[in-house]
Amino acid sequence: MISGYFITILITIGIYAMLAHSLNIITGHAGQISLGHAAFFGIGAYTSAMLYTGAGFPFWISVPLAAVVAGIVGTLLGIPCLRVRDDFLAITTMGINFVVEAIFLYLPFFGGAMGIGGINLPKWFGREMTKPEYFILILVVFVFLLLLDRRVGHSWIGLAWASIREDEEAARAMGVDVVRFKVLAFILGSAIAGLAGGFYAHFLTFIMPQNFGFGQSIVILSMVVFGGIGSRWGPIVGAVILGILPEVSRPIMEYRILIYGILLLGMMRFQPGGLLGPESILPRVFRQSVRRAGARGETQ
Amino acid sequence: MRLNDPSRCQNSEQRIRRPARDGVSFTSQGGEILGIIGPNGAGKTTLFNLISGVYPPSGGEISFQGKSILRLKAHQISRLGIARTFQIVRPFQNLDVETNVLVAYGHRFYPSFWRSTGPFRQAPFLREVQTLVHRAGLQAYTKHMAKNLPLGFKKRLEIARALALRPRLLLLDEPSAGLRFEEAAQLMELIRQVRDQGIGVLLIEHNMQVVMDLCKRIVVLDHGAKIAEGSPEEIRSNPLVIQAYLGKET
Repeated sequence: MISGYFITILITIGIYAMLAHSLNIITGHAGQISLGHAAFFGIGAYTSAMLYTGAGFPFWISVPLAAVVAGIVGTLLGIPCLRVRDDFLAITTMGINFVVEAIFLYLPFFGGAMGIGGINLPKWFGREMTKPEYFILILVVFVFLLLLDRRVGHSWIGLAWASIREDEEAARAMGVDVVRFKVLAFILGSAIAGLAGGFYAHFLTFIMPQNFGFGQSIVILSMVVFGGIGSRWGPIVGAVILGILPEVSRPIMEYRILIYGILLLGMMRFQPGGLLGPESILPRVFRQSVRRAGARGETQ
Repeated sequence: MRLNDPSRCQNSEQRIRRPARDGVSFTSQGGEILGIIGPNGAGKTTLFNLISGVYPPSGGEISFQGKSILRLKAHQISRLGIARTFQIVRPFQNLDVETNVLVAYGHRFYPSFWRSTGPFRQAPFLREVQTLVHRAGLQAYTKHMAKNLPLGFKKRLEIARALALRPRLLLLDEPSAGLRFEEAAQLMELIRQVRDQGIGVLLIEHNMQVVMDLCKRIVVLDHGAKIAEGSPEEIRSNPLVIQAYLGKET
């Protein structure tokens, strides 16, 4: 039987993969840098937690509503972001993250520094879900999100995002309504982050403002950049690798942020496309080893 | 779409009056290449940016096919049928040639959310892209990333992309700049073909040879104002134009 510890890591990675995937929509597909993605993760977690503990909504309603609320707030907060680009956008989104975290921390309505407790795993068939079952639920939802991402990626929306990412002004000259598609990316990205937040709250059973700070945003961004910004599988691979690393050894856990920082720097310098991005070293290494194996086969 | 109506092509008249920059007004017609020349800083590119909606005009009037486009946004103007290229080329660098051109067809789907979730690789558009890419002489590079193309190819890609909007008016900002002689000649041939299709062309160009060859009518700008308009011969002998380019005799 799978140990509880192992399943905990799996669920955590699943949630991070969902987060990295959602940030990839905004930053990878539409090309809009965001340093405040944890804010929407937090909004989702708090919405779900408060609906569950305060209003008595079941998991199956509170979590989808968390996605809706995060999507709406993401749209509202996305509007000031539409007027700014690049480095200004980075600072604006960072500011949003600090403001949202501060609101959770200082308003008693949100439980203050104590956070919110008493959130439980969802119930089904008259009993509480086990952790492996919860992991499967996350997996099923994530597969659905990936299928959605594939559909959108091959669609006119995906193409419009790509054109905005490459050159906003040229995109406008080609009839692309830049504002509308940026808002769409923010809605979708924030809503999925909110969904991940709902899953996170019900798994942790207890949430605090610190879980959704700027550091968390950087962790999510590191996963996206490490795996390959803009590619479908890259952010997932990033979430898996960077999610497992701190678990395999304690020192990594302690110096987590430092190691992520160094990784980010290294990736930017040597592999800006990420592990699975364009011009990655992996496919080349793979092809070479296949060729070498082939050559060996011929000589024998 | 109305813009495809060939009978309209012949007598469509696009009026562009633009007194905003101290008085630049002229009209351009379909099937004509109107040259826009002037010394550096005369406001030629600014004029294009005003027409295509990059800068919101502060006043004056720009009308296209009888309707004012003054208050329209850049993406709305391009959908109406005014396509443009850029002085410094701006292809979508990390997309291949085919995908670059396909972007132009998206605006037909955007109004309906459901339809815009449909796949963008559709046979009728791909065929049309093939034709355009062929006309631009890029057929061997359909799957090449735009960033890997030489400058002359990038410029032709920009024109192919602009033509995919099925424009009635095409704004070309210094298409021959930075090109070798043969490359420029190929580009000029492409521009002539565009004109022969009945599309109006506004051409900003520094190479006088090119302007005099291609245009029957030329508008000269200096310091944001129109100082002359006429045939190449008239422009060549206009004292104001000579003064603008060479300075006043003292």
